[in-house]
Amino acid sequence: MDTFTTRSRDIVRLRYLFARAGFGATPAELDEASGKSLRKIVRRLFTDSESVVELHVVSPDENESKQELKGMMRDGQLDKDMLKERIRLNTEKVRDLNLQWLDQMASGKGALREKMALFWHGHFACRTMGRNPLLMQQYANTLRQHALGRFGNLLMAVSKEPAMLQFLNNQQNRKNAPNENFAREVMELFTLGRGNYSEHDIKEAARAFTGWQFTPEGQFIFRERIHDDGEKTIFGKTGPFKGEDVIAMLLENKQTARFITAKIYNYFVADGPVSKPDDKKRVDELAEQFYKSGYDITDLMETIFMADWFYDAKNQGAHIKSPVELLAGLRHTLGVRFDQPQPQIFVQRTLGQLLFYPPNVAGWPGGKNWIDSSSLLFRMQLPNYVLKAADVMVQPKEDGDVNTQALARKGGAKFRTTVDWADFEAAFSKTPDEELTKTIAATLLPFPLRPDQLPLLEKQTNPAQTRSERIRALTAALMSLPEYQLT
Amino acid sequence: MNRRNFLKQSAFTTAGTMLIPHFLKAYEMQALGQPSIASTGKVLVVVQLSGGNDGLNTVVPYRNDIYYQERPTIAIRPEKVLTLNDEIGLHPAMTPLKALYDEGLLTVINNVGYPNPDRSHFRSMDIWQTASDSDKYLRTGWVGRYLDAACSGKEQQPFRTVEVDDTLSLAMKGSNSNGLAVLDPKKLYNQTRGNLVTGLSHSHNQTSEEPESVAYLYKTLAETVSSAAYVYDKSKVYSNTATYPNHELGNRLKTVAQLIQSGVTTSIYYVSISGFDTHINQPGQQERLLGQYAEAVGAFMTDLKATGRQNDVMLMTFSEFGRRVKQNASNGTDHGTANNVFLIGGGLPSGRVLNEAPNLTKLTDGDLTYSVDFRQIYATLLHDYLGADDVAILGRKFDGLKIV
Repeated sequence: MDTFTTRSRDIVRLRYLFARAGFGATPAELDEASGKSLRKIVRRLFTDSESVVELHVVSPDENESKQELKGMMRDGQLDKDMLKERIRLNTEKVRDLNLQWLDQMASGKGALREKMALFWHGHFACRTMGRNPLLMQQYANTLRQHALGRFGNLLMAVSKEPAMLQFLNNQQNRKNAPNENFAREVMELFTLGRGNYSEHDIKEAARAFTGWQFTPEGQFIFRERIHDDGEKTIFGKTGPFKGEDVIAMLLENKQTARFITAKIYNYFVADGPVSKPDDKKRVDELAEQFYKSGYDITDLMETIFMADWFYDAKNQGAHIKSPVELLAGLRHTLGVRFDQPQPQIFVQRTLGQLLFYPPNVAGWPGGKNWIDSSSLLFRMQLPNYVLKAADVMVQPKEDGDVNTQALARKGGAKFRTTVDWADFEAAFSKTPDEELTKTIAATLLPFPLRPDQLPLLEKQTNPAQTRSERIRALTAALMSLPEYQLT
Repeated sequence: MNRRNFLKQSAFTTAGTMLIPHFLKAYEMQALGQPSIASTGKVLVVVQLSGGNDGLNTVVPYRNDIYYQERPTIAIRPEKVLTLNDEIGLHPAMTPLKALYDEGLLTVINNVGYPNPDRSHFRSMDIWQTASDSDKYLRTGWVGRYLDAACSGKEQQPFRTVEVDDTLSLAMKGSNSNGLAVLDPKKLYNQTRGNLVTGLSHSHNQTSEEPESVAYLYKTLAETVSSAAYVYDKSKVYSNTATYPNHELGNRLKTVAQLIQSGVTTSIYYVSISGFDTHINQPGQQERLLGQYAEAVGAFMTDLKATGRQNDVMLMTFSEFGRRVKQNASNGTDHGTANNVFLIGGGLPSGRVLNEAPNLTKLTDGDLTYSVDFRQIYATLLHDYLGADDVAILGRKFDGLKIV
């Protein structure tokens, strides 16, 4: 095999790995990685993700929850208009948190950690209630902090996050007046999955979680006096259990390892429910290993990225990028910076994935659910909006909530961006003209171009263009293909 | 214009799109007068009031002392109410709706809700759109599942259910098929006419080795291009005769009427307007919105009456929840639960108030108690009005209401 073919086969694998384990790679990054051993590249994904830079939009001492603001109005410190304005500012801080995280994803630094955290955001889905930016900031940083650690630590930490306790009504879960929402979702969505517990287990577990509360400053607190310290029977065991005991029991149950592994496999490998026999067998083996390792997420992910089957042709291009993956990936590949950040919120809203606003506690359904006639047309137009400042013809719906109107407004106008074309173009400086289209395509798409696509792409360029203009036009066109939605 | 001329005109205007084999199939079938997918041939138009419309100030219990006690500054005075019967009447901004009631075209259903109500906008809207129980999470909407059922075993045609908007609501998403979002037929058509989009949908030949994901994207693209062309072509046949108010809902209902009158074989249309989240200074805001609503619906029905279609088209209006009985300290109302639903037109036996007015002495946590599950209304409309399999679409049997 000649070096060119070896190299291009290498590029195919690397493009796929970087797109799945992160938010894609620039042509220069692909070049740099090409020729190195897979073990080395995979290891580097983890070492690059070792440190965590916390997202920060608000300090605990300057944060004012909606409740506190309302209190200030009652005390006469604020009038109605001031209250409205302060609530709006809180919503804007949640928006800034969204943008800061998106910047982090697009930067390529610690890409695996951010990708994993995005997965956990969908798994431990939590929507901003009461528009308290501090709670969302803590929640996001907890997901990112534990993203590649031990699942048990992540589960415990996120279950104690005030944002989650609030979202799942655990403040209302009290001795003699239990609220089962939190206990139910912890079992149904976070650990075991439907059908692996009884209604009785939920009732009793809800009692164990009484007293898991948070302070107005956003700190977890166990309030002994509203905790039900009586005996509970959960999964056949009886004792005066507390919340921590329930979490421990859930981790002890191997079903948790199976449920989490299947979800990870579905998200990172197969894009669809695990139903084929060899997928099922693999998930069982991985789950066994995950359980034995004490739920070591890094170990699980490294096993997946090193496995031959991960690179099977049937997996390549099987995943439909989520809107955030699409946006962060496009930004990373071309070094795109938005002069005004608002269009990025607009894109998330229009395509149906706004960070910190998952549809419900079950998270974003993903897969084919991302695609319908209007979202597909918008996705195919997106490169023109981002790279060519084309007129934006679409307006997302308002969700009816007066408090999120600030997020709905604006964004319909043209996008203003700065694109790092010089770096992108430099990667193709040695590519012969006749190979240009195919070579760029190999860095962007999961499949080789079909013969019928070449003339269509050619039509997006014209002979009078300079080489640089040609690269730009071809790149925008390639990013408009339905195949660019896949990875 | 007769059918022959219509065909000629349509064929002429879409010379470009005629090249698309997929499009040809869908188009020809339609042009040859393929019937509606609703076996009854009826059309349903859903109007969603987003934000939680205050039902008690929309259908006012104007003889109820508790209503006036709980709402000292925002209650609608009895003398202003447009009375429907000796208990309830409409908000004074809704004169066109009162006229429809007097004509026997409006049915009011009180106390509509669901068990264990959720007071979050997003979640409650999710529940209404997916028709799920409040502790279950569904990925498909009830209109989407209607489309699944109606197109089962046949070619999928997104335009059979249309949302007049730029983006598609969860309500419109099915397992195998999605509805079509089209705010402006011409704009959508133009969006599909870029040389890359048309070219791709044109040149792509599906092969059996193709990955499922690729096949799905190209199938969606081809359906979009053909549906956009079909809707745009057809929509040019008819021009509205009624005068519509120039605001968002007016424009959207005008588009719906135009598509219906043009003979587009869409069975369900979905339209929403927002702004009903009236925590602060409710009276002015709600008056403006209800006025817009009534005016737009009035024009829509006038348009349909001009061609005698008022009995083939039913408009259903809902909101994700009603609001608390007791007003808040900001001249507004906070999130509540049960609410009223309007059914207009559709050839219902006679417009009336279907059930009892809200019982303000029997509240649940300060909120109205529901007596009609919204899915009973869906079931009735699906089964009795559209002739569809309500159990397959809603996942179980809900007792129908005796309204159709």
